[in-house]
Amino acid sequence: MLELKHVCYAVQEGDAQLGILNDISLTISDHKLVVFTGPNGGGKTTLAKIVMGLVQPTSGQILWNGQDITGLSITERARLGISYGFQQPPRFKGLTVRRLLTIASGNDKLSKDQCCQYLTKVGLCANDYLDREVDASLSGGEVKRIEIATILARNSQLMIFDEPEAGIDLWSFARLTETFEQIHAAGSATMIIISHQERIISLADEVIVVGDGAIRHRGSAQEILPQILSDTLGGCPVLSKGGAAQ
Amino acid sequence: MMETEVDRELLEKIADMLGKPVGAFNIRKDCGCDGRQSTEHIKIDNRTDGKSGIDIRILDGTVGETCHIPVIITKPGVQETVYNDFYIGENCNVEIVAGCGIHNCGEQDSRHDGVHTFRIGKNSHVHYSEKHYGEGDGKGGKIMNPQTIVYLEEGASIQMDTVQIRGVDSTKRYTKIVCGKGAEAVVTERLLTHGEQVAESDMVIELNGEDAKGRVISRSVAQDTSSQVFRPCVVGNAKCFGHVQCDSIIMGSAKISSVPEIAANDTEAQLIHEAAIGKIAGEQLLKLETLGLTEEEAEDCILKGFLA
Ligand SMILES: Nc1ncnc2c1ncn2[C@@H]1O[C@H](COP(=O)(O)OP(=O)(O)O)[C@@H](O)[C@H]1O
Ligand SMILES: [Mg+2]
Repeated sequence: MLELKHVCYAVQEGDAQLGILNDISLTISDHKLVVFTGPNGGGKTTLAKIVMGLVQPTSGQILWNGQDITGLSITERARLGISYGFQQPPRFKGLTVRRLLTIASGNDKLSKDQCCQYLTKVGLCANDYLDREVDASLSGGEVKRIEIATILARNSQLMIFDEPEAGIDLWSFARLTETFEQIHAAGSATMIIISHQERIISLADEVIVVGDGAIRHRGSAQEILPQILSDTLGGCPVLSKGGAAQ
Repeated sequence: MMETEVDRELLEKIADMLGKPVGAFNIRKDCGCDGRQSTEHIKIDNRTDGKSGIDIRILDGTVGETCHIPVIITKPGVQETVYNDFYIGENCNVEIVAGCGIHNCGEQDSRHDGVHTFRIGKNSHVHYSEKHYGEGDGKGGKIMNPQTIVYLEEGASIQMDTVQIRGVDSTKRYTKIVCGKGAEAVVTERLLTHGEQVAESDMVIELNGEDAKGRVISRSVAQDTSSQVFRPCVVGNAKCFGHVQCDSIIMGSAKISSVPEIAANDTEAQLIHEAAIGKIAGEQLLKLETLGLTEEEAEDCILKGFLA
């Protein structure tokens, strides 16, 4: 179970404090698929990074399976079963796809077959990619899918995906949503997916709308989807209403 | 041969040799010959001009054979210049593994200057690899100054892979490759310096014949207060293609200077150079940490990959 208690994150902007996340509290129970959505710049990525330890909150607590992990390093959190697929994954000159998946899996003897399975799950033809370096020769969409494959290979208890749909073609996207569905159905992990895609939102047990650094709304996909759709058509009622359950 | 643990370790490090190699070989240890084997097609003999070193003659049409010529220095204070000349016939395809390992526990410097000259005949391909390695905790320096001169005849090619990872206090390398018609030279250089080490590498690839190709890929890492200077130069004297690529990671208080040069003396010469120096990107470390590696493991992993 993941719990955030009064998490705040602020940065110094000249003389003023700029609040990026303002008092976020939420609980996500095991094996749930939760989608974070909301306008760009709302604070979704920052929130995910705070869970992974990539960003330190200004105040508040993060608990994972009852343990306070607020002071733990990224590595320690990773080893406790938290993983995060970057919105903009870095490239590595010299590291092959296979090596990266091997590191992610934590199994030095990860077989070629297993690597291939992870790649297939994100819609990549394994043979074309295993020995390629994760460098500038790959397109943004390819790097993004390899990034997602590393999270699958990690197979951790909590998987956070940050806009996994970005830069991905329709066919791979379909393959990817199937993969999310499978993980969810197997009940093997808790998933937080940051996404704007209706197809992904509709898979969610719960949808959390994040805007202006706060939780604007929480509810089931059936409740939230119509509101998001109407928001995008006319104004921003969800966000301007500002009334979010807790 | 191969009496001691030190010998075994050095030979494995520099020439991937475990036990007696297959094919032709010559093992040089502390200025002496510690084992030699010629084969039907590869003949190894002492030089006849009084200089120390060997002549290696490879007969026309020799395909799929290997020749190992490692050098190890296990005593402090050994200083030597060695001349090895390779005469490679036509239509060959051979692998030559050189390399030098110095184990120095003493106070005096040990130095090996290897001067290798290759004459590679028509349509022959040579894969030449050379690893340099130093160890031992004495004050004595471990110094290597290799010179490699290659002449490629029509249609001949060489792939030259050099690696120096840790342990060599000072190196000054010079490489010159002269390419005839349709000849091709591919040079990959891998270098890691640390502590107060210094490394300098000068390289000249002359593309003299029509359709000659030259490619230099240099990757280096400089740590601590070490310093590196690269001066790869590709000269196009005919319709040819040349590419120089230098990529370095700088760490600690190290210094790197990368000066790739291209020079064209023919309107049909097509030459490109690229050079980059930068530190390890923070995002790369963070990403690997999210995969469960510690910061040190992440750094190590990035450097290993970069220099692989
Ligand atoms: N270190 C920082 N310094 C200044 N602004 C930041 C910093 N980190 C995030 N922000 C700002 O916080 C807001 C939220 O960003 P982000 O979490 O990436 O939003 P989202 O993922 O929802 O698009 C953005 O306006 C972003 O520019
Ligand atoms: Mg984001």
